[in-house]
Amino acid sequence: MEKALLLDAGKCTGCEQCEVACSMTHEGASNPAKSRIKVFNFHDEGRFVPYTCTQCDDAWCMQACPVDAISVSADTGAKVVADALCVGCKVCTIACPFGTVNYNPASGKVIKCDLCGGNPACATACPTGAISYVDASATGYEKMKAWAQATDAGAQASA
Amino acid sequence: MSWAKRILRVNLTAGTCTEEPLNMEWADKYLGQRGLATKYLTEEIDPKVDPLSPDNKLIIATGPLTGTAASTGGRWSVITKGALTGAIACSNSGGFFGAELKFAGWDMIIFEGKSANPVYLLVQDDEAKLVDAADYWGRTVWETEKGLKAEYQDPQLRVASIGQSGENGVKFACVVNDLHRAAGRSGVGTVMGSKNLKAIAVRGTKGVKVNDPDAFLKATADGKTVLAENAVTGEGLPALGTQVLMNVINETGALPTHNHKDVQFAGASDISGEAMQEPRRSDGKPNLTRNGACFGCTIGCGRISTIDPTHYTVKDREQYQVASGGLEYEAAWALGAATGINDLDALTFANFVCNEQGYDPISFGTTVGAAMELFEMGVLTTKETGGIDLTWGNAEALTTLAELTGRGEGFGAEIGLGSKLLTEKYGHPDLSMSVKGQEFPAYDSRGIQGMGLTYATSNRGACHLRSYTVASEILGIPEKTDPLSSDGKAGLVIAFQDATGAVDSAGICVFTTFAWSLDNIAPQIDAACEGDWSVDKLLEVGERVWNLERKFNLDAGFTGKDDTLPKRLLKDAAKTGPAEGKVNELGKMLPEYYSLRGWTEDGVPTNETLDRLVL
Repeated sequence: MEKALLLDAGKCTGCEQCEVACSMTHEGASNPAKSRIKVFNFHDEGRFVPYTCTQCDDAWCMQACPVDAISVSADTGAKVVADALCVGCKVCTIACPFGTVNYNPASGKVIKCDLCGGNPACATACPTGAISYVDASATGYEKMKAWAQATDAGAQASA
Repeated sequence: MSWAKRILRVNLTAGTCTEEPLNMEWADKYLGQRGLATKYLTEEIDPKVDPLSPDNKLIIATGPLTGTAASTGGRWSVITKGALTGAIACSNSGGFFGAELKFAGWDMIIFEGKSANPVYLLVQDDEAKLVDAADYWGRTVWETEKGLKAEYQDPQLRVASIGQSGENGVKFACVVNDLHRAAGRSGVGTVMGSKNLKAIAVRGTKGVKVNDPDAFLKATADGKTVLAENAVTGEGLPALGTQVLMNVINETGALPTHNHKDVQFAGASDISGEAMQEPRRSDGKPNLTRNGACFGCTIGCGRISTIDPTHYTVKDREQYQVASGGLEYEAAWALGAATGINDLDALTFANFVCNEQGYDPISFGTTVGAAMELFEMGVLTTKETGGIDLTWGNAEALTTLAELTGRGEGFGAEIGLGSKLLTEKYGHPDLSMSVKGQEFPAYDSRGIQGMGLTYATSNRGACHLRSYTVASEILGIPEKTDPLSSDGKAGLVIAFQDATGAVDSAGICVFTTFAWSLDNIAPQIDAACEGDWSVDKLLEVGERVWNLERKFNLDAGFTGKDDTLPKRLLKDAAKTGPAEGKVNELGKMLPEYYSLRGWTEDGVPTNETLDRLVL
C-alpha cells in the first residue's frame, strides 16, 4: 500500500520537533536550516503550517533533472535524490512548483523529503498528530468523517 | 558535543567580537546556561559594580540541551547583575532565539563595556559583527524584529531585542525574543539598554550534535512520553496554558489581590484560562486563537491571543488587531488581580504593550497595584498621576499607563521605577510587595507557606521560578504537602531550589518538572554530553549554583536581613478563604533553612559548605 504524509495545520503548535527529527535523520545533527520539512509561522494570523514535498506522481523535479539523479523509490514511491549523481545544478529547484526541493550549500547537492524510507521521522516526532503517515488513497478520510458527522448532525437537528 | 564549546566575547567599548573556547572544566561543574554563565559572570565582575555601569557584563547563555531534540530544548538565559535588584540576575526565555544561537555554533555571548552609539550584534554562523543601530534605537521590539528580518531579507533570522523601556531605563525592562517570549525579570533589558545594545540577530545553519545519538533519541523519546501522559503537561497546560491556575489559586485563597490586601479576587474567573476560551459577543471568537509552542516543546503552553476588535484599546488601531502573545497566568494576575481589573481584553492589550515595548508585566502590574493603594490612601492624587484615576479596577488607567511606562512619559516614568523606589518616594516603602527590590509573582505566601521562604531566599529577588513549591503544596507534585503549614518547608524549598538550578542550567524548561524528575532528565543530559551525568551530579550542580549566586549577593552587600518579606505578609492575616487568619511563618522556616543549607545563623555559607561544593 502506498502511503503519504498527511499534514494537518490545525493541530500544529509550531514547535519544530519535525524539523529537528528530519535533520537528525538526514544530517546527523539537529539543524532546522537543513530540514526537508518546514513549519511556517503566520504570526499575525496565529497560524502554524507545516509543509513538505507531496511526492508528485509525475514529478517536475524528476523530469527536469538533466543527470537522472532523482528516481522513484520502489518501496515508498518517494522521489529520492541520489547524492552520487546530483551535480547541484538546481534545475529541479526551479522546476518544482511547490518549493520543496532545495539546495544545500554545505554539500553542493539538493535535498528533499524521501519519506525516510517508509518511516518518516517527522511524523514520529510530531507531538500533536499534525503530521501523520497514512494510506495515500485516503488522506481525506478523517476530514470526510468530520464533515459526515457535521452534516448528519445538521440533518438530525432540522428533522 | 551538545555544547558548541565556543564563546563569543563582544567588547562594546572597543567594538570587537572575538571567539574563545568554552571552559570545559567549568562546564563539568556548572553544566551550562544559568550555572555556567553565573560562573563566568562572578569570575569577571566585581559584585559591587553599579548594574548600569560599563563594568557590569551581560551574558546570553544556552544550555547543552538547547537546540537538541529534547522536549522544550529551546531555553536560553540572560545573566547579569540586575538593574531592578542589584542582585545576581538570571532571566530565562524560550522561543526560538536560543536554539538559533546554538545552531550558529555558540554556547554563550559575553557582552562587556558600553558602546558609544547604539549598536546591534549580527551573528551569521561563525561571523559576528556589531552594526550601527541608529535606525532601530527608539523603535519597539516588534518594529525592530520585523525591520531586521526585512533588512537582511531573512525571515528565519531570530532576534532578541529591547524596546523603548530598556532604552529609557525602566527598571524592569526585559530582553524580548521572537516578538513575545522574554527574559523578563530583574531588569536584564535595562542593563542591555545601558550598554547601548539594541538587539542581537542570529542565523545558524551548523546545527547541534549530541554525544550518543541513539541513547539520546531513546532518552528524549521516553521523556516526551512522560510529558504527554502527565495530567499537567499533557492536559492542563496544553488546554489552558499556565492560566489553568487562575481559578485554582483563587479558590486556594492565595491569589494576591489589591496589592496583597486581599487573597481572593472576585473577578478571577473573568480573567482565567477558561474565560480566554469563551466566544465573545462582537465577533464570536474567543480571546485564545491557538496554542503556540516554543522551540522543541511538546507541551505547548504558550497562548496566542487576539483582542476583541471592538474593544476601546484597539478599535482604531490596526497594529493591535493581530494575533500575538496572550496572557500567561503571572501576567494575567499582575495586570488583573493585583489591580482589581477584570477586563480580559484590557489585560491582553496591556500584555501586548509589555511585549511590544519590552518590559515585565509582573513588576509593572504590581507597581500599578502599589500606586493604586497610594491613590486610595490619598497619598497620590490625580495631580501626581497627570489626571489618571488610579481607582482599583480601572482598566483605562492600566492600559494608559502601559503605553506611558515604556515610553517613559508622564506618570509612566514613575511606574518605571518599580514598586520599591515608587513607594519609597511617596513615603510608604512597606507597600512595595517585593523582596530585594523585585516584585512578587502570583502566589500569596499566607496561603502557600513554602512560597514565603521561596521568595525571601530567592537570589534574584521575589520569584516563583526558583523553587516552585506550589507544585507540591497545591498540585501534589511530587507529593502533596499542606500549603497552610510551614513544617518541613525548609527542606522542600531547598530540594526545589537545587533541582531547578540544574534544570535552568541544562537548556530545558522548568515546566517539564511537573512531569519529570531528575531521573527523567539525567539520561537525556548524559546521552547528549560528554562525562557522566547522574541525578546526584545534577543536584550537586544545582546546589553549587545556588551557593555561588548567594555568595555573589553577599559580596554585593546583601545580608541575611534581606531574606525577608513585606510586613503585610508577616503581620496582616489573610481575610478570606482557606488561609483566613494566617500570616506567613517565615520566622519559623528561615533558621531551619540556613541550617539545612550549611549556612551560618546570619545566612552566610560556611567554609565547610563552600569547600564541599568546590566553591
